[in-house]
Amino acid sequence: MSNTDKPSLLVIIRRSPYDSSLARSAVDTALASAALDQSLDVLFLGEGVLQLLPGQDSVDAGLKNIGRLLSSFPLYGIERVYVDAHAVTRHGVDLEQAPIPVCALQAAQIHTLMEEHTHLLGF
Amino acid sequence: MIYSLLVLSSPVSGHGSRHAVDFAKAVLARGHTLRRVFFLDAGTLTSSASSALPQDEEAQIANWIALAEEKNIELAICITSALRFGMLDAAEATRHECAAATINPAFIISGLGDLVDACNGVDRLVTFGG
Repeated sequence: MSNTDKPSLLVIIRRSPYDSSLARSAVDTALASAALDQSLDVLFLGEGVLQLLPGQDSVDAGLKNIGRLLSSFPLYGIERVYVDAHAVTRHGVDLEQAPIPVCALQAAQIHTLMEEHTHLLGF
Repeated sequence: MIYSLLVLSSPVSGHGSRHAVDFAKAVLARGHTLRRVFFLDAGTLTSSASSALPQDEEAQIANWIALAEEKNIELAICITSALRFGMLDAAEATRHECAAATINPAFIISGLGDLVDACNGVDRLVTFGG
């Protein structure tokens, strides 16, 4: 690509919601980028799919509720959210009940998605 | 090529931080441009002016400071992460009523907007850690 083109970001989230501060940093980066009109998509991979569990309650953990943060994605204009179908099955996440609508992708489709973006931000 | 780097690794855990600074040096040695190094999450600990490592362990910060001072590379740390990890400059220490500044002044406190800016107009954004 020419470096004057507007980049397209893919934010890749691989951390379960309350395992590491990186989980929150990833979501914050997606929200801040969208607030600055940066074109971006989000992909949940591996244990990251656990961020999509419904009914998260983080009060006793003393942490902000990641599920609730994710539900604000559409308000920030983040409409294209993808998820690793294999990890969803493995971790038993019910996407019908997820905080936001997501599109499940097989491995080959994930590969294509990554190739379609100029920059990948992996957390 | 124009590069920006994103450092997520803690300087005292794993290899990410060392690889990042070596990569930064290699980018410049090959005549490429390094637009900005952005430190996020545990990566903000890289800026610590108050770490004291055992004598037989190499501190990465001297390498980063050399890049900032000799090559004029911008070292930006995310304010949200920095505050969470206790990395404060003098102004933030005063604002949050903390005892002292903890970052080396070669690093500047900035926001996630500067990460977005670091992605714009670069050929490669390379992430270390995560």
